Amino acid sequence: MTATGTRFEPGTFTPAPGAGRYGRMLLTHARIETSLTLRHGEQILLTLLIPLALLVGLSLLDFLPTGELGSLSRVDWVTPRILALAVLSSAFTGQAIALGFDRRYGVLKRLSATALPRWLLVAGRLVAALVVVLLQVVVLGIVAALLRWSPSGAGIGAAIVLLVLGTLAFGALGVLLGGALRAEAVLALANIVWFVLLLAGGILMAPSSLPGVLGDLVALLPSGALAEGLRAALVDGMFAWDALATLAVWAVAAGAIATRTTKLT
Amino acid sequence: MSAAVEITGLVKRFGAVTAVDGLDLKMPRAGLLALLGPNGAGKTTTVEICEGFLRPDTGTVRVLGLDPARDGAALRPRIGVMPQGGGAYPGVRAEEMLRLVAACAATPLDPAWLLDVLGLASARRTPFKRLSGGQQQRLSLACALVGRPELVFLDEPTAGMDPQARRLVWDLLAALRADGVSVLLTTHLMEEAETLADEVVIVDGGRVIAQGSPSALTAEHAEDAQLRFKARPGLNTDLLSAALPEGYLVRESSPGAYRVAGLVNPQVVSTVTAWCAQQGVLAEELHVGKRDLEEVFLELTGRELRT
Repeated sequence: MTATGTRFEPGTFTPAPGAGRYGRMLLTHARIETSLTLRHGEQILLTLLIPLALLVGLSLLDFLPTGELGSLSRVDWVTPRILALAVLSSAFTGQAIALGFDRRYGVLKRLSATALPRWLLVAGRLVAALVVVLLQVVVLGIVAALLRWSPSGAGIGAAIVLLVLGTLAFGALGVLLGGALRAEAVLALANIVWFVLLLAGGILMAPSSLPGVLGDLVALLPSGALAEGLRAALVDGMFAWDALATLAVWAVAAGAIATRTTKLT
Repeated sequence: MSAAVEITGLVKRFGAVTAVDGLDLKMPRAGLLALLGPNGAGKTTTVEICEGFLRPDTGTVRVLGLDPARDGAALRPRIGVMPQGGGAYPGVRAEEMLRLVAACAATPLDPAWLLDVLGLASARRTPFKRLSGGQQQRLSLACALVGRPELVFLDEPTAGMDPQARRLVWDLLAALRADGVSVLLTTHLMEEAETLADEVVIVDGGRVIAQGSPSALTAEHAEDAQLRFKARPGLNTDLLSAALPEGYLVRESSPGAYRVAGLVNPQVVSTVTAWCAQQGVLAEELHVGKRDLEEVFLELTGRELRT
């Protein structure tokens, strides 16, 4: 035997198996997922810097994609749409790309070999996604407030519900994409979808400004529904049930498909 | 008490390829079993079925008495797994990853201590993707052990490690075994299997082709004790064979390494050294003994490189 013999005290590895407490698992998992997002430069660019730049740029400069401002200030028109973009960026694009690379590095397999139950694996990611969205909303909200944003107080509750449901819907779509393809394909596709939804998915251009049936279709996209729902809430103080229902359908459908298609590696 | 692992008639196909083809295996508790086999022999597939990652097509698998495909939730807290090639978030720090896995266990080992003994203390804040291959392997091993499991599955645990790290891991595996942990490992290192294993199982083509303790496997054909020596490459082995009594065969098994097959007696040794002297060749590392595990392995699984 090559063992030096004294390196390990007898009894060091005596088995004492058992699962940890769910609360601790969830907390540890969600904390790591959150800090990995916040530590990642490209994720910060995508989830925070680009939305911030658009918020400030579109509020101060006069190149809004629509002329239908009416009595609305630019920042009041822009902010709800930028909040929708923030959710799209972190819950969908960021999530999908991170999951694509996590799978390549085998972390899902690693974690599913522990006592961590599958539902907790999803729950940890979900909590992290909600924490990131919360941080985005706080930062964007503060900057918007400095730009004299005055949201409708009556719509704050509706906006919170929409943001949570939007995170769930986009998160499920992100898992669907990130869990199915190779990391490079996920990276490319998640960015393309982000760009297309930003320009033509009802975020920068209101569905109502799009011609004919296109506007109705865009309102049924998760991006269109979230942006319009947030506009109704934060501008008009209204609860947009149709937007809420649209997001719920997307969340349930994408979640159901993703649970079948997501591969560990 | 149920066996650590009990596999009967296991078959697993991937499309047209049959990865595991009627494999039987029984591993008692608190032992160390080494699964040997050429690449593609079905080792990893077998281990992944035991871990619950894959479902068998036919056959039964019981791990600690449980069916990994059905009772995974009950089984996973009791086992430790080191998948081939590790597994972690690309950007996660070594210590964070180990603490996450530790949080999944009821009474884990101290992660800081484990990193320290595995020589990862200085890398504890290094992101996983920037660890060297050997460091990633050691972190992966730490993740397999941190939950104080009853049974660990280690898929090529020392692959990519330098000799110092390998010896450290061997010490650790010996300590695990001494503390009553059951260990099933796959390896390509015969020395690893020979040094550590209570039981060696050689797998080829998805079936078990030989098994037993290392000494039993190497002693099985004890009458085939061999004379081995080293000298300059390219000696005329036909001439040496002719110098020996009938029935002896001399082969250059690799350049400069010669093997005389047949019953070795003092006469044979003397003939070989005398012939070498005649050729003006110094026979080095002259060795008489039974075959080692590598020779048994090559004999059973063939010497040709598989394509």
